[in-house]
Amino acid sequence: MRAIPAVALLLASLACHAETPQQIRQIYVAEASSQQAGFTPSAKRGEAFFRQRFANNDKMPACTSCHTDSPLNAGEHAVTGKSIKPLAVAANPNRLSDPAKVEKWFGRNCKEVVGRACTPAEKADFVTFLSEVR
Amino acid sequence: MKRLLLIALLGSAFPALADRLPMPANAPTSFTTECSSCHIAYQPALLQAADWRKLMAGLGDHFGSDATVDQKTGQEIGAFLERHAGSASRVGNAGNPPRITQTARFIRKHDEIPAKYWRDPRVKSAANCEACHPDAAKGSYSEHDISIRELRE
Ligand code: HEC
Ligand code: HEC
Ligand code: HEC
Repeated sequence: MRAIPAVALLLASLACHAETPQQIRQIYVAEASSQQAGFTPSAKRGEAFFRQRFANNDKMPACTSCHTDSPLNAGEHAVTGKSIKPLAVAANPNRLSDPAKVEKWFGRNCKEVVGRACTPAEKADFVTFLSEVR
Repeated sequence: MKRLLLIALLGSAFPALADRLPMPANAPTSFTTECSSCHIAYQPALLQAADWRKLMAGLGDHFGSDATVDQKTGQEIGAFLERHAGSASRVGNAGNPPRITQTARFIRKHDEIPAKYWRDPRVKSAANCEACHPDAAKGSYSEHDISIRELRE
């Protein structure tokens, strides 16, 4: 209960200007910890999630369908063929700099690929993976 | 002055020379941020106003994708697209859901392309204008600038 106003405050303070990947990770970690005491994010779980195949959408069974096997590489939209810049912060410094943008694409991509919203823990792991992968 | 008039006359005399479809200079930034992630930001002249209205009303299920924007942004983008839309008689109907690639104009401009190219792995989809028109995002569709060699004349 106490974590919710904290998350709201963080989000509000982050809303208007560019942020660092650490701050964005912190938002999701705070949210995940409020649901699961002692939560610590894991780049390894994030990577497993990135590669996991879901039986929801045969045009895009996994995150890798558009973002390729490595977030360090440029990807390609599975339906339209449009190129997509790398997701890893090491390869693309613009990533994980806008909390609203990150949240928007988790919303879209999780719905399309997984068939449901991603949990705060999954998002925390995923952004940890994107920040650390080299 | 006379030159301007001549250019205007020429322009209206050869509407078929539609190889340049520049993005109107007053395009709101919301249009580029919201509409150019999954494909190029299609130029408004590629659909008629009624079809843009239909498309903007269905962003929640946009060809299987979620392309929703907040209400204010939706109004801004919609107004821009409708203001600069193509003329109904020149573009033709786009079907439902509206597709540029189903308009009479698109079909006429591409009727010499063998069917197999639309399924070519380099192309993927007819909506992937950039696969063949490398400067499509800049509004350049000239038949002299086609990146698939076999389709060059
Ligand atoms: C259908 C293609 C597609 C699939 C599949 C896909 N994405 Fe994306 N993703 C995109 C596009 C397009 C963008 C936005 C384009 C851009 O910013 O370069 C994006 C952007 C993102 C971003 C924004 C990062 C930032 O800071 O800019 C995140 C996070 C993301 N995707 C996560 C995921 C996850 C997690 C999955 C798997 C559950 C996934 N994506 C699967 C197409 C896809
Ligand atoms: C999350 C991804 C995504 C976003 C964001 C998005 N679109 Fe699309 N759009 C698609 C997909 C997928 C298709 C289908 C492409 C295909 O069949 O090859 C499509 C198709 C279209 C088409 C029809 C293309 C054709 O086949 O002729 C138009 C027009 C269009 N989009 C306009 C827009 C506009 C305007 C916006 C911004 C409000 C937008 N799109 C935002 C994913 C997206
Ligand atoms: C498979 C490759 C391919 C794709 C994909 C493609 N085009 Fe074309 N397009 C061509 C070729 C080739 C021509 C030249 C045809 C000719 O003049 O014989 C052409 C011509 C045109 C012209 C007419 C140019 C002129 O000189 O009058 C327009 C406009 C155009 N395309 C728009 C588009 C748009 C918009 C899209 C995406 C929605 C698109 N094209 C997708 C191959 C393609």
